[in-house]
Formats: sequence, C-alpha cells, structure tokens
Amino acid sequence: MRNILPTTPEAVRDRAAAANNRRRRRARSASTQWRRRGLVGIYVIFLMLPIYWLLNMSFQSNNEILSALTLWPQDFTAEHYVKIFTTSNWYMGYVNSISYVLMNMLISIVVALPAAYAFSRYKFIGDKHLFFWLLTNLMAPPAVFLLPYFQLYYTVGLFDTHFSVALAHCLFNIPLAVWILEGFMSGVPKEVDEMAFIDGYSFPKFFVKIFVPMISSGIGVTLFFLFMFSWVELLLANTLTATNAQPIASVMTQTKGASGIDWGTLSAAGVLTILPGIVVVYFVRNHIAKGFALGRT
Amino acid sequence: MNKVYNNRAWWLILPMLLLVAFTAIIPLMTVVNYSVQDVFDAHTRFFTGTEWFKQMLNDPALQAALVRQFAFSLTVLAIEVPLGIGIALIMPKKGWQASAMLILVTMPLLIPWNVVGSIWQIFTRGDIGLMGWGLRELGYGYNITANPVDAWATIILMDVWHWTPLIALLCFSGLRSIPDAYYQAARIDRASKWAIFRHIQLPKLTNVLVIGVLLRFMYSFKIYAEPFVLTGGGPGSSTTFLSQSLTTMAIGQQDLGPSAAFSLIYFLIILLVCWVFYTAIMNMQKDDKNKEG
Amino acid sequence: MAEITLKSLAHTYLADPTSSEDYAIREMDHVWHQGGAYALLGPSGCGKSTLLNIISGLLEPSSGEVLFDGELVNDMPPEARNIAQVFQFPVVYDTMTVYDNLAFPLRNVKTPEARVHERVMEVADVLELTAQLKRKAKNLTADEKQKVSMGRGLVRDDVAAILFDEPLTVIDPQLKWKLRRKLKEIHQRFGVTMIYVTHDQLEASTFADKIAVMYEGQIVQFGTPRELFEEPRHTFVGYFIGSPGMNFLDVVMSDGRVMSGDAELVVGQHICDAVAHADSSNIKLGIRPEFIEVHPEPIEGGMEARVDYAQDLGTFSIVHLMLGNVVLKARIAEDQATPSSKAWLRFPDDRLGLYIDEYRVESGHE
Repeated sequence: MRNILPTTPEAVRDRAAAANNRRRRRARSASTQWRRRGLVGIYVIFLMLPIYWLLNMSFQSNNEILSALTLWPQDFTAEHYVKIFTTSNWYMGYVNSISYVLMNMLISIVVALPAAYAFSRYKFIGDKHLFFWLLTNLMAPPAVFLLPYFQLYYTVGLFDTHFSVALAHCLFNIPLAVWILEGFMSGVPKEVDEMAFIDGYSFPKFFVKIFVPMISSGIGVTLFFLFMFSWVELLLANTLTATNAQPIASVMTQTKGASGIDWGTLSAAGVLTILPGIVVVYFVRNHIAKGFALGRT
Repeated sequence: MNKVYNNRAWWLILPMLLLVAFTAIIPLMTVVNYSVQDVFDAHTRFFTGTEWFKQMLNDPALQAALVRQFAFSLTVLAIEVPLGIGIALIMPKKGWQASAMLILVTMPLLIPWNVVGSIWQIFTRGDIGLMGWGLRELGYGYNITANPVDAWATIILMDVWHWTPLIALLCFSGLRSIPDAYYQAARIDRASKWAIFRHIQLPKLTNVLVIGVLLRFMYSFKIYAEPFVLTGGGPGSSTTFLSQSLTTMAIGQQDLGPSAAFSLIYFLIILLVCWVFYTAIMNMQKDDKNKEG
Repeated sequence: MAEITLKSLAHTYLADPTSSEDYAIREMDHVWHQGGAYALLGPSGCGKSTLLNIISGLLEPSSGEVLFDGELVNDMPPEARNIAQVFQFPVVYDTMTVYDNLAFPLRNVKTPEARVHERVMEVADVLELTAQLKRKAKNLTADEKQKVSMGRGLVRDDVAAILFDEPLTVIDPQLKWKLRRKLKEIHQRFGVTMIYVTHDQLEASTFADKIAVMYEGQIVQFGTPRELFEEPRHTFVGYFIGSPGMNFLDVVMSDGRVMSGDAELVVGQHICDAVAHADSSNIKLGIRPEFIEVHPEPIEGGMEARVDYAQDLGTFSIVHLMLGNVVLKARIAEDQATPSSKAWLRFPDDRLGLYIDEYRVESGHE
C-alpha cells in the first residue's frame, strides 16, 4: 500500500508540506491549551489575591501591619484569632449568624416545597400573578424595608432575636426557594405522581417518601442558595438586632476604636466569615456545575 | 407540562403565603402609609397625598444618585457578562482541577457583603494594601478617598471580583448541558472556534444569561454594604448609590414620609426595568416562533 | 474521496489494559475501498461507533494506523480529514434556518456563495427539504432534523467518505425505508465512499454492497449479504444474520459416529473425517433453518426428530424440533406440509458448515 506512493518531486514536496501543516496544527492546539491555562491562572490570581491579603494581615501583629508592607507575615502570630475565640462578644457573633441562617434555611425550605409543588403541577386562580408577585419580592431592596421591619418587630417583641432575622430574610429567600424548586420539580415527569397515587400513596406520604428524594439534588442546590443569601446579607440583620442576636458582620464594625482600626482582628474575623462558605461549597461541589442552571437550561 | 386545574393547590401555597405576607405585605403597607402622610409623632400626622413623591422626584441629590446607580449597574453588567462567559468557556471541565476551580470561583459569592467591602478596603489602602501600595510604587497617585475616578474604578473592580463568578457559574452550568455530539458534529463540519461559540454555545446560554442579567441588575441596583464600607459613599457623594441615600434618610434623619415615598419609587424602578427586560426577551423568542407561520 | 486503510488498529478506553477484553477494538486490518457502500453491522457495544469515530478522527486510536489513500492521518483532527459523519441523534444548529444549516459546512471553508447555493439546493431537493429551507431548525420534527444532519454531510461533494452512525434510529419505520433508498440513490449519484453503522441486518443488507460484521471489537466477516448468509465465517455471524439464526450443534466423535447430545448425525464422510481430526474440543456443525430438509414421512438417511411446536408466520412457518435432546429450528415454506408430531430430517452436505473454535473451516466438499 505504502510502496505505491508516487515519488515524483512534486508529490514528495506535497507530502512534506502536508506533514508540516500537521505538525503546525498540533503545535497550535498545544499553544491554545497553554494560553487557556494562562488565562485561568490570571483569573485565579485575581480572585485569590484580595483574599490572600486578608489572610496575610490576619496573621500579622498590628505593629507589623502598620510599620511596613510585608508580602507574608514576618512575625507570625495567631493573637487575633485567639482574641476572637476567647471574647464572647466575638464568638457569639458567629453563633448568632449561623443560628439565624440555619433557622431561615429550615423555614424557607419547609414552606417553599409544597408551594413550589403547587406551582409546578397545578393551575389555579391567580397562579401566574402570584408567582410574579413572589418574584418581585426578590427584587425589593432591603433598604426599603428597614424602617417598617424595625417598627414591626419591635411592636411584636421580636426585636434583637435570631428569629426576627430569620423571618426577615424570608422576604427574599422564600421566593428564591420557590423559584428554584419549581424549576427542578417541573423536570420530574407527572407520571411519577400518578403512579404513586395509583399505588395507593396518600399525598403527604408520596411527597415525603417519593417526591422529595427524587429532587434531592435540587433541594441541595436550593439550600446552598438559601445559605448564601442569608449569610451574606447584613443590612437587615444589623438593623433588627442589638446585642443578643448581633451577627458577626456587625460585630466587625466594632474594630474601629479610638486609636484607629484594629486591622489584624478585622482581617481575622473576615477570614473566619469565609470559612463556613468554603465548607458549604465543598459539600455541594459536585452539584454546583449542574445546579447553578437552576433546572432551567 | 400539562397542569391540572385545581384550586385546592391554594392549600399548598398557604403557609408560604402567610409568611411572605408577614414579611412583605405588612411592611410594604406601612411604607405606603408613610409615603402619603407627614408624621410628627405617634399621634400627630397629616395626609399629604403625592407631596412627598413630587419632592423626591425633584430632589437633585436623589436624581444624581439615580443616574450614578444606572451608570454603575450598566457598567458592571457590561463588564461582568462577557467576562463571565469567557471564564465559563476556559474553566477546566474534568478532574480535580474542575472541582478546585468551582470552589475557588464560588468563594467570593459566599463572603458577607460588608466583609467584601473590608477585604477591598484592606487590599486597596495606600499604606497597608497590596494594590494601593503597588499602584503608588508604580508612580500612580492612587487615592480613593480623594479621587472620585479612583473610587469608581475600585468599586467597579470590587463588584467584578465579587459577582463575575455568578455569571461564570451560570454559564458553566449551561455549557455543561450541551451534549458532546454537538461539538463532534461541529468538528466534522469544520466549524471555527468562533462558529462553535456563536451557533452552539451561545444559543444554549440564552436561558441562563437571562437569569444572570436579571439577577445582576437587581443586586447591583440594590448594592449597599460594599461601597458603604469601602468608600462610605465618597469622596463627596460620588459613590453614593440609592440604597445608601435611602438608609441615610430613613435611619439617619428619620424623614419617614420622604423616605417612604423614595422607597416606593426605588422599588418601582427595579420592577419596571426587570419587567421591560423580561418582556422584551420573551417577545423576541415569540417572534422567532411566529415567523414560522 | 479516498481509500481508507486500517493497519493493526486497536483501541481501548482504559489507561492500562490487561487483557483483550479491555479493548473496544482488538487489533484489526481492514480496507474500505474508494466509492463503496459499506455497512458495519453488529450488536450494541461491539465497537462499531468506536471504529467510526477513529476513522473520522474524533478518537485517536491507542495503537495502529489509519491511512487515507496511503497517507497516515492519525494526527489529523476531523476537520483536516475532510470526512462527513452523521450521528445517531440529530444534531442541528437550533438558531439557524435549514438553509444555513446545510450551508454551514461549506461556509466554514469559505466556499463561494454561488457554489454553496447550488449544493444546498441540490441536496435539499434530494432529501425533500426544499419546502423547509427557510424554517428555523429548532422547530423541525425529529426526522426532519435528522435529514438536515444528513444533508450537512452530503453537501460536501469532495469528502473522503461519509460515515453514518445508526442515523435512522429516531426515524419512524415508513420513512426509514424511504431514506435508506435515498441514501443508496445518493451513493450511486455521487459515488462517494459510505460507511453505515447499524445493528439491523435488514438495514445493512438493503443499503450496502458489502457488510462488515463486528463482534467483540473485531471484524469477524466482511462480505456481501449473500456470503454472510450462505457461508458465515464465524458462529456469531450465523446467529446474528438470518431470522431465526443458524442452528449450531456441538458435536463429538464417538465410536466412529458423529454425535450431538444423544443423537447420531447423518453427515458426509468428509465431515466425519474433519471432526475426527480436529485438535479442539469446541466443534460445531452449523446449518441454516432454511436449509434443513423436513419430511413428514420416514425417508432414507433421515434423522427422526420430535416436533415441539410450529410458529406460523404467514408466508412460512418456523418448526421447533427436538433431535434427541438437541433443539433445532427449521423454516418451512407455506406450501410445504408441516409435520405434526414426528419429522425426518436431512442436512444437505453442501449447506452444512463445520466450525472449530467458533471459526468456519473448509470441510473439503467445496
């Protein structure tokens, strides 16, 4: 087969050119690979640099921070972390934040599950308007609700409790949960429901035993978003609490003292607010890639 | 999906409805109530009609804040959407690199917003911040407390840092839903990278991009904590956005009536923009179908 | 257009294969001649699609060479090989019109627009897509979409080959037949090499001049439909081709007689000799149900068998027989008398195949 290749000079030159092209094409695809890796690298550096700087600051003494700019801690110290973990004011800030976030996640998911089911399976009077109205709550600026919330929760005696913040965050988290869950639920064929009812399941039993497990990854994604938006919100949390339920983010504002800002402690506290997020992402890492499309691709 | 008409579905909605009514309707009624009254104290108040609304709409400070707000939202959208798509395209798709990248990219989204402000405050300060110090070493007189341009650039950079991951993750997720056969067919058809993007990837991203743009618009329009911590709205009022103006008015000065009127206008603007954008997209898609005839 | 040669080609999806079972393609040599209409037939998971993807360049083989007209193309990506491939499930570019979809492969290489138009119109005409040209591809039915996918392969008139990977899976039966005829027609008109992957023997034999049967990563036989039917080279081909498949009887020599189970077989002397001299214990005799002579009355040299039951399939019936404890199927034409409880069988010598270690051996009478 190969022996019969023509050996005229033109044919040889053609083949050499083809081989050359081939080599160049391979080289080019290798270089695009490297360019791609380079760009990813640059972006990762851009993402991590500010966080690294925070970490760097958190392990330096305030003296070192203010005296000279150092790219890594010359005089490594954990004093700021020790301070946070030994001052009740500080560590209770974390406990408070995590408490109201968990409460909010629980409330939101429990009321959103049946509601999302209703929206994904039934038509009823006013369904479309209701859904749209729900979504408008997602758009409402928290600043709009500051004053009325303050007055409302003060009147009903919930001011400065974890529950008040958990409830307030329902404003945007319930609509979000309904919306995300509705997307996932619509992906489950209706025949599943019908089969279960034929098999004699009652609605609550079907819902808990069959339906919820079927959309478990959707629920995971929803919980992730609930955590995210409740954990990062400050304006409402700060307004609705004073001392008993103060979130960590507002404890951090106390680092401004008479002698200037306590940069080291502020950084250490900042680093500690990032950690819960990392833990949560770690758990859902295999679902983020698909889940972020919210069942809507 | 064919949905069954059944009004008993309301029972499933009810718990949610009661909660949202408590967290949204009652407070909103209070706002409406304030917006048409002048409140002196708990027992003395007057009905003012649309007075506060007129006053707010004509307030030059608020008009300026509104213009700034739109400028900010549009700028960050214009940067974050293309950048997010680009990052989604180059993110590793398999193996530990993919997981690691996902975790890194998600990180900024899970940092409390005021901490984001703090991180960038520390990062950009001229004396202790790597970026601030670095720019000064390079000979640029970087100063966000005195120079509005620097302040704006920094806030936008911060927002890009903070929120581009959202677009990137949405798009990454959208890209993952494209079956391999499409890429194979494109290679067989000798499509260029650009043609693959234009005809395979971008169409699949439309849905997630609509969500992404809506979310980004909403959240950028509501921005409060990050610029508040980073610049405090300054220098002057050059980085004071609507939420900060409102908070100052409502909590700081206790101007109940005007701030309530302002709240409603603010809310309505977001609703209106989202509605217009959404309707426009839906009509475009419908047009596509109708053209078939 | 090209002649495609596969040289000691093998492929595995595993990083470190240990046994031959780890290979999706076991070492093979094969030549697809220029201009042929070929089918690649085999059950799911036998490596057909893998082989196709290696030819088109979507996969790089673990070892061996792929040559187009004698030139090594292993390193070439699909776009450089100038090959067209149609996939099992339709791939259309949703946002484009049918016209633009068909024009896409040509425009990608900057073909002059006049030429593009000419080709698109020609292909659309052949595939009966002319009326749909202005429609958005997104809104087509599944079979229209698949026609568009095929069309994108066909517009390129200079391709080395067109590969079809079970392209008619999503098409409904009536149209399937029509499209298959279309493909055959297109093949005759353009004379381009076509390789058609399928697991359906009918599809393969109506489309192809020559069929390659694949089994466990190897091409076990390459021949015309008739050859596959009459002289299967491998027991698998016997099972797989024909309906019902070939009867295979495990045989041993005992006391100078050819035995299968507890039944003695009446076969020609040369087969007796071949069985006696075989150095393997895996010996089978194969005969197609169509070729077994079934007589309702005792005849000379007939083997007595019990009739288990008969399936009437309209123009013919399938009789299930017990020869001793061996099950046999025989196909009987409608006009022939169907035996009710007992039958006498004869195996015509020239229809009988001897298989040692699953491969056919020449038994001397041919």
